[in-house]
Amino acid sequence: MMSRKELDLWVGVFVAIGIGALLFLSMKVANLSSFSASETYQIKAKFDNIGGLKPRAPVKAAGVVVGRVSDVRFDNETFEAAVTLMVDTRYQFPRDTSAKILTSGLLGEQYIGLSAGGDSVNLKTGDTLKITQSAVVLENLISQFLYSKAADSGTNDNKK
Amino acid sequence: MSRVAEILRTMGARVTNWVWRLGFASRFFWLIIAHSGTSFRRFHLTIREVYFAGVLSLVIILVSGLFVGMVLGLQGYDTLVRYGSSEALGVLVSLSLIRELGPVVAGLLFASRAGSAITAEIGLMKATEQLAAMEMMAVDPIARVVAPRFWAGVISMPLLAALFSAMGVFGGYLVGVRLIGVDEGSFWSQMQAAVDFREDVMNGVAKSVVFGIAITWIAVFEGYDAPPTAEGVSGATTRTVVTSSLAVLALDFVMTALMFRGV
Repeated sequence: MMSRKELDLWVGVFVAIGIGALLFLSMKVANLSSFSASETYQIKAKFDNIGGLKPRAPVKAAGVVVGRVSDVRFDNETFEAAVTLMVDTRYQFPRDTSAKILTSGLLGEQYIGLSAGGDSVNLKTGDTLKITQSAVVLENLISQFLYSKAADSGTNDNKK
Repeated sequence: MSRVAEILRTMGARVTNWVWRLGFASRFFWLIIAHSGTSFRRFHLTIREVYFAGVLSLVIILVSGLFVGMVLGLQGYDTLVRYGSSEALGVLVSLSLIRELGPVVAGLLFASRAGSAITAEIGLMKATEQLAAMEMMAVDPIARVVAPRFWAGVISMPLLAALFSAMGVFGGYLVGVRLIGVDEGSFWSQMQAAVDFREDVMNGVAKSVVFGIAITWIAVFEGYDAPPTAEGVSGATTRTVVTSSLAVLALDFVMTALMFRGV
């Protein structure tokens, strides 16, 4: 039978490395230190079409993650998508900032890109972004391309 | 006609028996909670059980975590490289481990390593009338024997699941970055961008706490309920492993549906 001291030591080691593993998961893997813990403010944006944007998608400005999408819902009065963004309070943006829905890579996940405007007043909680640009829907893009091809070949035929 | 009645009677008896056991198990659960004062006042009782349930499960948990992570690294790379996104390997390994595999596989291993041992020990204590002897000496066996084992399991399980996930991420790093040569910077940075503390890490921990409660509850109940014979104890040990493994998988499905439905 083990002595009580030895037992306590092993259990202490076990608990310590267990907590160490939790710290590793939250610091190194989830990167808690940089973003999630800080304060955020909410702003809203309305889009004609959000494509595949999902809650928790990143909000980036100049490629740097400054917040996350917290909520996506359909506004039944304007028939637009109402998106709520949580932006880190460390980052302040002018009131005429515009939002675009962009895609990382060719088929990657979608995120919101903010481009700062020139207004001297900053956005605050509850504000709505006025200038937005919808997601690019691949089907629309292809059909536009096909239409313009068809139109081109039509005019070329006439010229002959 | 009597044949039909016989079948119906067997079915009825099975259902009644099942409901009776469920009710007994729930009352037993509240009895453990009500009698757990001793296991915190005399905390060395619980510490001793943490040693048996947690420290002795360390080796199997760490080794399995490492290998599961390495296999995830190999298989994930094989698929991801076809779509030219091998840098997302870190995301794949860490999310699948933290959300699902860590709590579930650690729970299954914990059930078969520690749960079976708890059942066998309590069942044998009952079979050799040690529990009855304790009652004779006015020592409450639930407070002295059952509750410390229960709390030890509840404490150990989240730590073991976290260790499993951490070892798995390390194994994925070893295979992905060291062996195959995925870029180290994007391996970690994509992982850090994709894994959320509250949504992923905390939900994983919540899962492992629930699994810890379910596994040790089933283990102590089966041990306490075991018929006091050699056959009875062996049957109870088997039932612990089977029931708690199934419970872990079923609970995991329910909790995943509740936690990640919107994502």
